[in-house]
Amino acid sequence: MTADGQAGESAETLLLQVRHVKKYFPIRKGLLQREVAHVHAVDDVSFEVRAGETLGLVGESGCGKSTLGRTLIRLLEPTAGEIIFQGAHIEKLGRRRLRPLRSEMQMVFQDPYASLNPRKRVGTIVSDPMRIHNLGNRAEQKRRVGEILETVGLSPEHYNRFPHEFSGGQRQRIGIARALALRPKLIIADEPVSALDVSIQSQMLNLLDELQNELQLTYIFIAHDLGVVRHVSDRIAVMYLGKIVELSPAEELYTRPIMPYTEALLSAVPIPDPDLAEKRQRIVLEGDVPSPINPPSGCRFHPRCRYATDICKQVEPPLVDYGNTHLAACHHPLNVDEETLRKAQVAEEESPAAADDTALPQDTSGASDPVGAPSTPDTHSR
Amino acid sequence: MAELLLEVKNLKVQFATEDGIVQAVDDISFELERGKVLGIVGESGSGKSVTSMTLMGLTRGVNARFGGEVLYKGADLLKVSDRDMQNYRGNELGMIFQDPMTSLNPVYRIGDQIIEAIQAHEKVGKRAARARTVELLRQVGIPNPETRVDDFPHQFSGGMRQRAMIAIALSCNPAVLIADEPTTALDVTIQAQIVELIGRLKDDFDSAVIFITHDLGVIAEIADEIIVMYAGRVVERGTKRDIFYDPQHPYTWGLLGSIPRLDRPRPERLHTIEGLPPSLINLPQGCKFRPRCPHAFEKCFEEPALESRVEVPGHLDRCWLDVEYKRAHRDETINPGSAEAA
Repeated sequence: MTADGQAGESAETLLLQVRHVKKYFPIRKGLLQREVAHVHAVDDVSFEVRAGETLGLVGESGCGKSTLGRTLIRLLEPTAGEIIFQGAHIEKLGRRRLRPLRSEMQMVFQDPYASLNPRKRVGTIVSDPMRIHNLGNRAEQKRRVGEILETVGLSPEHYNRFPHEFSGGQRQRIGIARALALRPKLIIADEPVSALDVSIQSQMLNLLDELQNELQLTYIFIAHDLGVVRHVSDRIAVMYLGKIVELSPAEELYTRPIMPYTEALLSAVPIPDPDLAEKRQRIVLEGDVPSPINPPSGCRFHPRCRYATDICKQVEPPLVDYGNTHLAACHHPLNVDEETLRKAQVAEEESPAAADDTALPQDTSGASDPVGAPSTPDTHSR
Repeated sequence: MAELLLEVKNLKVQFATEDGIVQAVDDISFELERGKVLGIVGESGSGKSVTSMTLMGLTRGVNARFGGEVLYKGADLLKVSDRDMQNYRGNELGMIFQDPMTSLNPVYRIGDQIIEAIQAHEKVGKRAARARTVELLRQVGIPNPETRVDDFPHQFSGGMRQRAMIAIALSCNPAVLIADEPTTALDVTIQAQIVELIGRLKDDFDSAVIFITHDLGVIAEIADEIIVMYAGRVVERGTKRDIFYDPQHPYTWGLLGSIPRLDRPRPERLHTIEGLPPSLINLPQGCKFRPRCPHAFEKCFEEPALESRVEVPGHLDRCWLDVEYKRAHRDETINPGSAEAA
């Protein structure tokens, strides 16, 4: 990853740059609906996406990965930060100026049952984007819909059918067809396979892979399944409580996790091999993800981290490059030899952590999870 | 040999619908001993949930038809009256449902929902039931159970709600615990906690577990014996080692090959099972997997019986293929990465 956008790689290969993006949701209370607190859904996230690659975004539910995905294509307004798509700042564009860019970034949603309008026919669902963007006349649109349906493995005869006539996997194909209708460059896929059965899931992953090769697509692939993410991604970003805590080339994340959270996440993935499963050292993380309304001080992972020391409670670790564009934010990095540790430099100057926490009242006890309480009697390993 | 708790013999479940008769479960048999975990694997529509709900007597209704026997300690649960079933449910068989978000009533406190379950089955006072509830919550790993017992479900996280569901299932000390996709809605870290919890509680309560899931990884950790279901039928049955190291049915291979695995190098392409599962109203002739099976031949138009075809006695499957042929050809499906390398 280059230090400052302009150097190193040209704007052509960098499709998307995200700098210090934040998304806070206000919590309002009382008669006057005063803002009493914020949900820190995405908190100061920076990364880049190169044209043609797949960036995987993983994390547990509530870590902000979906919010981040939606913020990137401006389905949600970012609270702060810059989003640069093909060299142009898009974080402040108005509706009208955003519209032409919308055709270049499309989204595939998680739930194939909820994301298709049950009253519209497949043809209308897939051609609507073209109609909105005034692409071609009706006959051309219809022909194009037929083409796209074929590309995603459906048949052009499905044009006049309704979504309920299709199975979950086929519906997800319709969702992908709709995203492809405008020939986008970037597709943000938010858990596109998690609602599907395993055999259908593998069909879908192979389809996404073929489409990427044929149409030179760039994906941001959001998922919670580490196996799926490893299969599709070139690089992977691990999120925890609104922050990217590790960003690494895909294979390396699995062989050499640096952040203890990544290590724990990997060890929690069940392996379909009884002998290996028995032999494996398991790190069972205790408790739940703390509330993003009032995230822990310092490193946000410290209440659940087995390596945590005093410094982790006080100082937020910056994302540091440990070589081979493998970034991690940790005071006690794992799998790093001393030499790399010395050479490692701060990747990019991080905005001061303290600024995030000021001006936010602390009086929201409400319905949150027991943050620091060591909750389960579950033991560490078996 | 441990005590035999549950014996299911040739269970059939059919539902009459407007479109025709749905053959949800066809000819399932298994036994469950105290202290064992039986894993049932299959995709949606394979009949695994209908099987578990039938054991609990939850599929009874005017449109349901049953065949075969479900023997619990010798008594046929398919024949007992609805009122007697109420005694088995909870006291003898407990169930953990899939979705902890919707299985709890949002307008009642967690504690009251557990107390209700206890009092429905036993004559105990409110205070005694409450004391037991707190103890149960402690056993399933809820921190500060004395205060959390008065929380509402929305104050619990997903993992804690699933723990509360487990507490309800265990409230009357059942001998058989049926867990229907108990971890599907949870994150991997929470899933690991819950799987470990169920394994531990099984020993603490000296019960047996039926664990239903589509996730072969979870099954590999918890099950002793495994049943693979497809289109309402058992296509393969054996010990955990049989299923993972000597799988005999091409559908089992397909399942094993479709999951992206962390313990193996990343393959160029995942194996896919082409097509869709059949409609349960209009099943294909012969082997139900035939239309999707790359190894199908003429004989497959006749349905194979579930029987032992390998050296290991308890390992049964429904496939006509020659065992040697299968052993030679299954690896290209199960482990597509290795085939490419070779």
